[in-house]
Amino acid sequence: MKRKCDRCSAEATVHEVMIRNGEKVEKHLCEACAREEGVAVASHAPINELITSFVMSQAGAQPAAKPGACAGCGMNFAEFRQSGLLGCSECYKAFEPQLGPMIERAHEGATHHTGKTPRRGVGAVDRQERIVVLRRQLSEAIAAEQYERAAALRDELLHVEKSPDGAGDQPPAKGGR
Amino acid sequence: MRESRQGGGPPTSAEWLRTDTPENDVVLSSRVRFARNFAGYPFLSRARRDDRKQVLARARRDILDGHVASRMMWIDLNETPPLERSLLVERHLISKQHAKGDEPRAVALSPDERLSIMVNEEDHLRIQVIRGGLSLDAAFEQIDKVDDRIEQQSDYAFSQRFGYLTACPTNVGTGVRVSVMLHLPGLKLTGEIEKVRRAAKGMSLAVRGFYGEGSEAVGDFFQLSNQTTLGKDERGLLADFEGDLVPKVVEYERLARRSLLDKRRVILDDKVHRALGTLLHARLLKSEEALEMLSYVRLGVLLNVIDGVDLATVNNLVLLTQPAHLQKALKRDLEQSERRIERATLVRQTLGGS
Repeated sequence: MKRKCDRCSAEATVHEVMIRNGEKVEKHLCEACAREEGVAVASHAPINELITSFVMSQAGAQPAAKPGACAGCGMNFAEFRQSGLLGCSECYKAFEPQLGPMIERAHEGATHHTGKTPRRGVGAVDRQERIVVLRRQLSEAIAAEQYERAAALRDELLHVEKSPDGAGDQPPAKGGR
Repeated sequence: MRESRQGGGPPTSAEWLRTDTPENDVVLSSRVRFARNFAGYPFLSRARRDDRKQVLARARRDILDGHVASRMMWIDLNETPPLERSLLVERHLISKQHAKGDEPRAVALSPDERLSIMVNEEDHLRIQVIRGGLSLDAAFEQIDKVDDRIEQQSDYAFSQRFGYLTACPTNVGTGVRVSVMLHLPGLKLTGEIEKVRRAAKGMSLAVRGFYGEGSEAVGDFFQLSNQTTLGKDERGLLADFEGDLVPKVVEYERLARRSLLDKRRVILDDKVHRALGTLLHARLLKSEEALEMLSYVRLGVLLNVIDGVDLATVNNLVLLTQPAHLQKALKRDLEQSERRIERATLVRQTLGGS
């Protein structure tokens, strides 16, 4: 059964659990009430929306993604808060404004990675994004039975995956030691 | 899958039960785990069956054809009977969670069981290397090479800011979990174990039981591991553990054991001999009780309080009294009540009781 908002009868989509004076306090609110209460909502992530609309326009008619959803997998922040597990690597970008402080708290104030980095260098990171978008477009093309487009996407995907260090010109690097 | 190596009976030589490893009077094993995801595939919470199959195929290719280690075995867990899966859990080669379900998933193992790679657990890859005693550096060297070999073939999900990207943000960064399995009966008997727990918490370390996350400490076996993975590099983390933290706990435990010998000898003798008496004569044994009694007997053997029992025998019984190992040894499924009888019989026979 769907949980109702603590303040009105709408469906609760924002969930907050806090420990106050050793007591667990839970709040379950709809988006409107959450905004009024000042609980952080995935309000606006302009870059993420740009990516979403870009991917959607490329992929043709698709069911509209929920506002604030990850372009890579369609997960929204409320879903993440419920399960504690992210849907794909792109979620880290889509939810960066909310996720950043959470990660900082979980890792004792650390905000950035230090240590091992992939051998194939920084270019690999750009390539990853390209792979994510291509793979998604490919499955959408197959679902829409656009086989010519799917074949072209598959070729491009293979090409991108095979390139030794993607778009970057970085030398193989292993940091942090 | 093991019959070819072990002639039908359950294998006995788990890396973490060897008796010739550094500091093994206190440190049973050292483990390093890397959490990794392939770029371009959704994480497991959003993966459809087909995505999982593709991840499985890619992992299999990278691990087997990429020669990450010699003679790796590939075990498709959907084609593995439940008893065999429990056997892998008891040997600390897969998690309890990974043993369950019917989604496409696998584990790759090295024949010496030092290296295991879970595929499609919480992350696409959970690589772990386990070594007997305090050997975190050696474990790290091995896992780092394995990780490099896989990464030469496939891109990992990685970001400049957050490092290796994991399904749960608590693992993001290095994706590294370092843990040691400790046997701390001395600190338990002297009542100082809570100090260790508090100190560990203060340093944001997790203290867990024999089977990791969510398990209780049984028989005074504890797992100590790091909780944060962002902002400190692998070498720094290892140096903290191997150079500082673990040696301190080892020293503390040894002091407690010495003080038991010197000042509370009767109490120690009583505990150890009662435990041995139970193992030698019980007709019904639960696995928790067996582990608890074996823990005291292990202490007695290490402190030369009892003779006629050797460390290897005690270590092996820790494993052989676990439910799946017991059933494997008897080559049939047993009800819980039957297991208690058979466990007691096995222990009595092994230790020469009546």
